[in-house]
Amino acid sequence: MPRTAEPHPLDRLLRDHQFFAGLDPDYLTLLAGCAKNVVVPQGVFLFREGEPADKFFLIRDGRAALEVAAPGRGAIVVQSFAAGDVLGFSWLTGRQHRWQFDGRVIERIHALEMDGACLRGKCDQDPKLGYELMRRFAALASDTLQATRLQLLDVYGHVG
Amino acid sequence: MGYVVDRDGLDQLLAAIRRRGFRLIGPVVADGAICYGDIESSADLPAGWTDEQDGGTYRLRRREDDALFGFNVGPQSPKKYLFPAMATLWRENPAGDQQEQRPFAFIGVRACELRAIAIQDRVFLGGEHPDPHYARNRDKAFIVAVNCGQAASTCFCVSMSAGPKAEAGFDLALTELIDGSGHRFLVETGTGRGEEVIGEVPGARPARERDTQAAEDVVEGTVAQMGRVMPELDLRDLLYANMEHPRWDDVAARCLTCGNCTMVCPTCFCFSVEDVTGLTGEQAERHRSWDSCFTLDHSYIHGGPVRTSSKSRYRQWMTHKLATWIDQFGTSGCVGCGRCITWCPVGIDITEEVATIAADR
Amino acid sequence: MWADTEPWRVAGSCQESDDTVTLTLEPYSSFAFQPGQFNMLYARGIGEVPISISGDPAERSRIQHTIRDVGAVTHALCGVEPGQAVGVRGPYGSCWPAGAAEEGDLVIVAGGIGLPPLRPAIYQALRNRDRYQRIVLLYGARTPADLLFPAELASWRSRSGLTVEVTVDSADAGWHGNVGVVPDLVAKASFDPARTTAFMVGPEIMMRFTVRALLETGVSPDRVYCSMERNMQCATALCGHCQFGPFFICRDGPVLSYGQLAPWINLREL
Repeated sequence: MPRTAEPHPLDRLLRDHQFFAGLDPDYLTLLAGCAKNVVVPQGVFLFREGEPADKFFLIRDGRAALEVAAPGRGAIVVQSFAAGDVLGFSWLTGRQHRWQFDGRVIERIHALEMDGACLRGKCDQDPKLGYELMRRFAALASDTLQATRLQLLDVYGHVG
Repeated sequence: MGYVVDRDGLDQLLAAIRRRGFRLIGPVVADGAICYGDIESSADLPAGWTDEQDGGTYRLRRREDDALFGFNVGPQSPKKYLFPAMATLWRENPAGDQQEQRPFAFIGVRACELRAIAIQDRVFLGGEHPDPHYARNRDKAFIVAVNCGQAASTCFCVSMSAGPKAEAGFDLALTELIDGSGHRFLVETGTGRGEEVIGEVPGARPARERDTQAAEDVVEGTVAQMGRVMPELDLRDLLYANMEHPRWDDVAARCLTCGNCTMVCPTCFCFSVEDVTGLTGEQAERHRSWDSCFTLDHSYIHGGPVRTSSKSRYRQWMTHKLATWIDQFGTSGCVGCGRCITWCPVGIDITEEVATIAADR
Repeated sequence: MWADTEPWRVAGSCQESDDTVTLTLEPYSSFAFQPGQFNMLYARGIGEVPISISGDPAERSRIQHTIRDVGAVTHALCGVEPGQAVGVRGPYGSCWPAGAAEEGDLVIVAGGIGLPPLRPAIYQALRNRDRYQRIVLLYGARTPADLLFPAELASWRSRSGLTVEVTVDSADAGWHGNVGVVPDLVAKASFDPARTTAFMVGPEIMMRFTVRALLETGVSPDRVYCSMERNMQCATALCGHCQFGPFFICRDGPVLSYGQLAPWINLREL
């Protein structure tokens, strides 16, 4: 792949996000091609339950939440995200995935919105890149599963 | 050196102790077993009786002689008096003076029981908060020990270094001798108080070489007869390293969690505390009663018991007795008396459980 | 020692949440305790329970106890009114080793009803602020309504020199704070693992997960302290109920280092 004469400004933002720590700078440039620097105001939905889940967000600043609404219960927050977090990981599976929850901005966010289809194409072309991303997202999914299990245990609700 | 008394002399000895205001407690036949109760003289002792013991088995049998102490230990121990099964710890507005109770004189205490008393002394008196109730019962207690003339099949005091000879913790120690020279008792003194008492027995004569030798032979005979052996290992290390050994599941399949072992064990000390008021709510009291780690309630914290399975409860009892007790109090909690083996309805044998786990190393 | 119980006057009762009350009690004479210790509180004729002292250790004439209503005795205690009396004996138990944490970072982790036993340690640390580098408080609860001492949390948050991060297991959309678990707060907090001492109280599952998160950052197990809980009746290491392995929680604990706990804490039904 051609090396650009000077680094894409998005490269820097990607490199600074802890999720991609240690990733080869050439790959960062590749990823930058699928990235968009966004600022989203408070209250705006990043995605809705049921929409195709073909993107993910690297939060740089601000706060977002995964929410679900149920009749009689209102909107329930299941997980919150802040600077350094990654929101969305099912894009990598390539299945026709849809968001299971709503993603909403709680405090205005600065984020990198990543195009899942674009990235998958690059991974198909370069499996090594694919492996790098798969490793990171597997870790993220694993951590999220552990946290979810701990939430499910409702430890504070049971005395002892 | 020692003294010798015959049976009359023994009665004089008991009278001398009683004259000093002690309440004599000794072995008596009751409910088909040899238990502890109030005695007046040697006539109240189980003369001519012996016990046959094995896992889950206890029977009294007549002896061919008239030995007064020709048996081993029964389901009770001095714990019955020093740390009774029920006691009132506290009363709101205590009415009047508490009646002075007569101090106890325990007659016929075995070496394993002496060790058990020392162990309970450490538990109840050796910590930051000595128990005043135990102290009151223990204070001034007079102890006449007896060196065992036989061992039951469930005895293993030798491998616990707790007998059969009484070494310390007594005022007087007797060894019963029945041979060509007659039915007599070698009397060893352990304290100045003991010396004074034997000094008041007109029938006491100094022990001769052959009396002392006969007593040593008796003890040697008992050592040779020991029914069981606790493996000579570091039990603390062994059990700490095997808290999830499959043997615990095996014993759990047999254990009824009936708690008999904790009731008969001379060192078990768990108790529960209950607060009550009288019917009119006017007088609040706090009561103590023996508890057992085998009950579900024992480990209850809001939400449920921590030790729900019988496996966890058996493991708690055995590892406490043989291992964590050492970290807590500096010695083993077991004296090798074998009561837990005899009185377990299914005959679980603590020495066998240890041996099985140890065999896996 | 049973006769040591004294009737202390209830000076105040504050409803902290649905099922939790803080009682302020007045001892007969100046009462000193170390953060982490507990008293045995007696509801006349009903029974005694161990309750962690939850107030300022510098305050010797008004002693606070935060109680969750989970049984007959705690129910009675939660219902007492100012002017009535509660029986008290204590203090008992081991305390948070504040000295061991000096000159390094202090990370305090509370889950649910675990915050009250830590509050005295927080007061003490703030009073001696210059002895520590960073002080971090991580606190988790079931929902925002279950968060205890919200006014104090806000006041601590607004102080410089103390980082406060709070999270809940779930919340409605009116909550703009963290929703997630306490171990994940550890991963994000700023502290130097090589110089960190941690004090932790919470449900045992939460403590095991959180200790793992701390150890993964490099904090030494001997510098992580947990407050343990078991059935307690005498508080004097005599009745045998509070045993956890070789430890009597009433005497060797409730505060124990993870180094001490490690061989025992993962054994089921210990």
